[in-house]
Amino acid sequence: MSTAQIKISGLSKSFDGRDVFADITEAVSQGECLVITGPNGSGKTTLLRIMAGLLRAGEGSVEYFLGNSVIQRQGLRRKLSLVSQDLALYDELTALENLHFLSRIQDCHFSEEELVEKLSKFGLTDRGNDLVGSFSSGMKQRLKYLHALLKEPKFLLLDEPTANLDEEGVRLVDEIIKSQKRDAIVVLATNEGSELNYGEKTLQLGL
Amino acid sequence: MERKPSSLVYKGWCIFSKDLKSELRNRYAINALLMFAVTTLVAVNFAVGQFGLGEKLLAALFWIVVFFSALSGLAQTFIKEEETKTASTLKLVTSPNSIYLGKLTFNIALLLTLEVVIVPLFFLLSNVGGANLLLFFTVLILASLGLAAATTLIAAIVSKAAVKGALFAALSFPILLPLLVTAIRGTELSFRGEVFMSGFSELKILLSYLVVMITVSLMLFDFVWSE
Repeated sequence: MSTAQIKISGLSKSFDGRDVFADITEAVSQGECLVITGPNGSGKTTLLRIMAGLLRAGEGSVEYFLGNSVIQRQGLRRKLSLVSQDLALYDELTALENLHFLSRIQDCHFSEEELVEKLSKFGLTDRGNDLVGSFSSGMKQRLKYLHALLKEPKFLLLDEPTANLDEEGVRLVDEIIKSQKRDAIVVLATNEGSELNYGEKTLQLGL
Repeated sequence: MERKPSSLVYKGWCIFSKDLKSELRNRYAINALLMFAVTTLVAVNFAVGQFGLGEKLLAALFWIVVFFSALSGLAQTFIKEEETKTASTLKLVTSPNSIYLGKLTFNIALLLTLEVVIVPLFFLLSNVGGANLLLFFTVLILASLGLAAATTLIAAIVSKAAVKGALFAALSFPILLPLLVTAIRGTELSFRGEVFMSGFSELKILLSYLVVMITVSLMLFDFVWSE
């Protein structure tokens, strides 16, 4: 199986002439976790959004590799997931409708039973037919994790991974990060002391 | 899990189905469209009812109602995605062109639903006798498709702006003007009861506009939607 790798080269970003960060260079390989940390406004979320392809970099590049081949943007959508407070699911659809829609559009097809079973694993038993708008923020966060893992990503980007989660939710995220680190690359942006320990590599922004 | 690569059309259909389901639950766009269209139509009819307007003015009034109703409702599909933070989710999971196709299909469905209501109401209120209905409906369908194609692209552009309403109207007007003028001319011919072939040049322009607008949208949508 080809190993995954991320190469960040000379990455810079500014908004309205103000530099958010400049000249970031880093490489992460499969089995590693990169922790991005730094004070508020140092650009952690911006960096994750650039890495996910949601924002354009000012200068520099982020390249994703499987083996020796670079993954193009189209292919990256099937291999990268981002969990962030800035990404929402559809409040007016039920949890199952959200999962069906988001998996089909990513070429993954699950039966209703498979999705119900996955919901149970994420602590959302019997909530599949409830509108996501009626969920608490912690439940929405669990559903976002479930959605992110549906396509078995090779690159998992997490922005403040345990925000809004209760103790059980934090344990669930801990399991997810540990299991993803075996087969994929995890990049997480956080200021939580306990989450800094996940990283084989740490990128400090705002210095 | 079964991994099965799906076509652009299938993904567009998934987005359309999702939007339709959302719309049926909260009626976010259709209420805006219908309320505007029906109140404008009735108000115009009361204001000019006793004057017995000619075919040219009637055609212009009809398209003004459709045009401004479209401006009030068709942008909602993108604005709502931005406001509810689902736009980024969508960007991460599928290609821009499948999003454009899904949103375009949804806007066409919205516009056709609007027309199912306002066309009979317009004919009922405005005394258009002896119209060539074949020409009228051909003009209506081609112009509606063109209107939906253009407004879908413009809606994606304005969804990121702070003053969405004003920008939507300002951008739409120059882009939609050729379509509007041609649709009014074709509709006027149909109201006069002219033969179908008399509107052939208008139909050619409307068809060309539609093809150009969809082609340009598919080429540009990636840039419009990316950031």
